[in-house]
Amino acid sequence: MVTLERLRLEIRGLDEGELERWIGASLVRAEGAAGARLFEEIDVARIRLIFELRHELEIEEAALPVVLSLMDQLYDLRRRGAQLNAALADLPADVRQAILRRLG
Amino acid sequence: MADDPYKTLGIDKTASAEDIRAAYRKLAKKHHPDLNPGNKAAEEAFKKVAAANDLLSDPEKRARYDRGEIDATGAEREPPRTYRNYAESGRGERYAHAGAGAGFGGGGFADEGFEDLFANIFEQRARGPARGQDARYVLQAAFLDTVNGATSRLTLPDGQTLDVKIPPGTQEGDVLRLRGRGEPGRQGGPAGDALIEIHVTPHRFYRREGQDIFLDLPVSLSEAVLGAKVNVPTPRGPVAMTLKPHADSGTELRLRGRGVPAHGKLPAGDLYVKLRVVIGPTDEKLESFLRTWTQPGFDPRAGMEGAE
Repeated sequence: MVTLERLRLEIRGLDEGELERWIGASLVRAEGAAGARLFEEIDVARIRLIFELRHELEIEEAALPVVLSLMDQLYDLRRRGAQLNAALADLPADVRQAILRRLG
Repeated sequence: MADDPYKTLGIDKTASAEDIRAAYRKLAKKHHPDLNPGNKAAEEAFKKVAAANDLLSDPEKRARYDRGEIDATGAEREPPRTYRNYAESGRGERYAHAGAGAGFGGGGFADEGFEDLFANIFEQRARGPARGQDARYVLQAAFLDTVNGATSRLTLPDGQTLDVKIPPGTQEGDVLRLRGRGEPGRQGGPAGDALIEIHVTPHRFYRREGQDIFLDLPVSLSEAVLGAKVNVPTPRGPVAMTLKPHADSGTELRLRGRGVPAHGKLPAGDLYVKLRVVIGPTDEKLESFLRTWTQPGFDPRAGMEGAE
């Protein structure tokens, strides 16, 4: 788990109040109470992403839930796509060919 | 040698900090890898854009680049492990749309079929040898280790250690590259590199500006007034320095070549020693002397008009 202190080293310029707002709005998950938060690696990557969306890509705070919701849906799809892909790879070659033909 | 960062951002050498920021933002919006998952071209473009921005948005690094002291690879910064690396793996479930909510109410994705998914997601990709990903670490280094150079041991999240050779003259934010110490390659491809970003722990006494180092040196009243030979600590050991009589708090002396040692094309910097007079314990003798002693016409606060 990653502490707030280490997070600040990794994402320079991150404001704690801003981060707490993101956690409060369920945009980011964290363990522990405010002031003693602990993050998983994926949370750190997501905080970095939100930080970049907000401060480099100039997306307003109010628009963040919309953007992240669309991204989450995109990644849900891609994850499920990858699962299906893996399942397809285990099928006999002729079945696989038949499916790929149907997909055009 | 990496591409010219000015060309990468589509700006010219005279661009202002604001121009650089605007050019970077415009390109980042287009190429950000988390917004273009699976798009290798966008990912490569973003890496170049981010590296160019890293270099040019830091005035000191930009000046060093313009003077030819560092090349564009000096600013390389692999986007750590971007969000999509997690989001597309099983761990991405943590933010599955149906679960996260985020004020929208779950979407109930899990019950839907695959019928309307785009076919190209499922295309069997040809999997050949591929180079492993670069791994990125942050190393907190002691001030003197970055000035003089040192070997520092970095403990990785998996418990392994990496001996990092910090070259003399390393600065805050410099990135060291250890070839082949990143993620292993796939199917016989070469391993990626470890990129280590150096954070310098500030020193209690020294302060660095480029190649020069600054130090406040306490001296006694009698050393300042009468002159003395004093030992001055420097990053490479103490040096004897002669104080001429009638020095004062704020007097600055220079020890040539005692700053950051020469490295690359840069000559050694200097150590600037600023005297700070410390009165220390006083006694009856000093007090009675001062009662009889005057400095006609001297006002230590002269020239402070406008301070209120």
